[in-house]
Amino acid sequence: MAGLKTRKKQRLLVVSLAVASLMGATLLILLALGGDSLSLFLQPSDVKAKQVAAGQHFRLGGLVETGSFARAEDGLTYHFSVTDCAATLSVEFKGLLPDLFREGQGVVTEGALNTDGVFIASTVLAKHDENYVPPGTMPKSADQCVHPDAQAAADAAYSGR
Amino acid sequence: MAGELGHFSLILALIFALIGATVPHIGAARGDARLMALGDRSVFAQFLMAISAFSALTYAFITSDFSVVNVATNSHTLKPMLYKVSGVWGNHEGSLLFWVLILTLFGALVSWRGQKLPLQFRSRVLAVQSLLVVGFLMFILFTSNPFLRLDPAPLEGNGLNPLLQDPGLAFHPPMLYLGYVGLSIAFSFAVAALLEGEVTPLWARWVRPWALLAWVFLTGGIALGSWWAYYELGWGGWWFWDPVENASFMPWLAAAALLHSAIVVEKRDALKSWTILLAIVAFSLSLLGTFLVRSGVVNSVHAFATDPARGIFILAFLGIVVGGSMALYAWRAPKMAPSGLFGVVSRESALVVNNIFLSTFAAVVLVGTLYPLFVEAFGAGQITVGPPFFEYAAAVLMSPLIVALGVGPLLAWKRGKVSRAFQIVVPALVVALVAGTVLVWRTSGGYVMTAIGFGLAIWLLASVFLEIASRIKLWQAPGKAWARFAKITRAQWGMSLAHAGLGVILLGVTISEAFTTEDLRVMAPGDTATVAGYDFTFEGVAPVAGPNFTAVRGFFTVRGGGETLTTLTPEDRVYTNPVMNTTEAGIYPLIAGDLYAVIGEAAGAGRWSVRLYFKPMISALWLGALMMMIGGILSLSDRRLRIGLPTGKKKVQAITRGAA
Repeated sequence: MAGLKTRKKQRLLVVSLAVASLMGATLLILLALGGDSLSLFLQPSDVKAKQVAAGQHFRLGGLVETGSFARAEDGLTYHFSVTDCAATLSVEFKGLLPDLFREGQGVVTEGALNTDGVFIASTVLAKHDENYVPPGTMPKSADQCVHPDAQAAADAAYSGR
Repeated sequence: MAGELGHFSLILALIFALIGATVPHIGAARGDARLMALGDRSVFAQFLMAISAFSALTYAFITSDFSVVNVATNSHTLKPMLYKVSGVWGNHEGSLLFWVLILTLFGALVSWRGQKLPLQFRSRVLAVQSLLVVGFLMFILFTSNPFLRLDPAPLEGNGLNPLLQDPGLAFHPPMLYLGYVGLSIAFSFAVAALLEGEVTPLWARWVRPWALLAWVFLTGGIALGSWWAYYELGWGGWWFWDPVENASFMPWLAAAALLHSAIVVEKRDALKSWTILLAIVAFSLSLLGTFLVRSGVVNSVHAFATDPARGIFILAFLGIVVGGSMALYAWRAPKMAPSGLFGVVSRESALVVNNIFLSTFAAVVLVGTLYPLFVEAFGAGQITVGPPFFEYAAAVLMSPLIVALGVGPLLAWKRGKVSRAFQIVVPALVVALVAGTVLVWRTSGGYVMTAIGFGLAIWLLASVFLEIASRIKLWQAPGKAWARFAKITRAQWGMSLAHAGLGVILLGVTISEAFTTEDLRVMAPGDTATVAGYDFTFEGVAPVAGPNFTAVRGFFTVRGGGETLTTLTPEDRVYTNPVMNTTEAGIYPLIAGDLYAVIGEAAGAGRWSVRLYFKPMISALWLGALMMMIGGILSLSDRRLRIGLPTGKKKVQAITRGAA
């Protein structure tokens, strides 16, 4: 009888510890939902459609528009436009651009809009891929895309599927 | 010719695996020893066929046989030999073939080393392992055949992604795969134990080395990957909480939990049901990782080439493996004999605490990784879960784990005394508190998390030392301490070294995250920039030519404390096949930290944009990982694990008793 009691006690202890730990984890997740941890992944037309407020942190994905790339006098600040063909957004970034950064190529940047509607990027992510086409940065509807570079990239991306 | 031979070998391997996955079960059910023994022959046959297929693909890569699609898309004649060979597993199809090779190798090892295991149990294990081989072979043959031909054959191949042409990354995938696949053995043992209806200490004795081996390889694979990211990607970071990184981290956490809980099964015959579950979960997480990486369902910076058909196949396979084993668990686990008892304060309890925190952490990482998928599935748009979430989770869940880790090894099995353990670790507590306080004071406050992390690291390192000191009675009987010191077993050294390794990693993470100095600027030749007290003088750039790339190499002379320390030579490479830029950071490790320079692009008038860092104690990350690996290997090499397997008839009867 005593053995049974101890066994129950032990199980109770283990279970309560596990429950406490899981509850802590859930709490953590709930907290994170309200914080900076969660960022939306948007393309320029989403940004326009949702009228994202200035200062809200999000990830911007799309293609670097051909002919939009320029470097400022200081040699460190870059301006370029990210497009999904339906809409275009100006981006400003200070830092070293990743190796795969190229006009007409897919890019993912992280940051927030300033009050002038320019996306101030804190990071620019390079995507690397066995076939050198970053999926997920392509415009959602490749058909409506008329951008020549984007079209070529989209063809390359979708031909493999 | 070699291609067809490889393809044919794969088909033969599938047939052998199908036989091996079914017949031994029939044999076990009927008690037919001849059918059961077929399992052993089957795994050897599978292994031979896998070697044959893998050699065929390697041969195609080495000889640059571009009539094979896989070689044409991933190789190039001018590529150095190392990368021709590593190109075999550097692509989707080849990596799966490598996976199968390891899967069959481990199956054959279990058969070879496991002749002392009861035949019925061994045949079940090998049959489950063969079933996994069937799944992967079907995946290869139906969706990702590496031996498809290309007609007409191109004259030259596309080349391997230059980012992957790196010694660090050449061995990163195979290490991870050895880890993932090592967990398949734990899985097969767990499922076999459920089928046989009994878990014995002997079972744990078998599972633990495999879990340990898998964990060692996962540790190495993850460390190599983060090291590669650190020096090759040039953004100074080493871990991004990217889905693909998490995919390797979750099995690591589960394997760490498993190798600890298996100790409890082995020594105390307790936590049996939980350990079985953990073995299933650990391998499921490995499969899930493969699914995440190969299907492209989550938006990752790694973004491997993806294909929905492959994703669906892996998802189905994942469903069968996880669903099937979980259903079996739900059905059979309650029927197993109850586990041994232990007190609230005991080594067992400490290991339970370890398991709870490790598995909760794995669960939180899983939620964070899959959350974007659910959000997208419910049409709420695309989101990403960023590093702050995971960092917070790590801080909250790992802090109590590390506190417990300092005390756990000091507690006795079954019923320990807190007071005794506490007496031993009081100095560690004092040192840790002092260290944390000094850090806050020296940096004029504001670094609460850093102080906690630093204090925890010191606490862990000090308590590992005190544990060894108390084991050899350094204070009570110093005269005989050396004799006791020499008697410490390899398993104990392994534990201490691995735990200390965790402390060293924590130290590196805390210090490098908090005190890295970074300077982004444009420099002309002759300019000097001072970063964290080190003077970086830009000497200019020079063109460099490699075997399959050209580069711009920058030269930075670094002076500190009045003397010239080194010249850093970061490069900006342009590979020719395919045309692509890569960054090679210039790194010079000092004991205090790493000097790190990256060169950007020409900014006109001879100026270049550069990024300079001083990263204090960052080498501790890789040193700590190495300590963990050596600790694991020491523990694996312990004499008791190698020859301690019971051979007596009594014990063999004990393990088969449940099935009879």
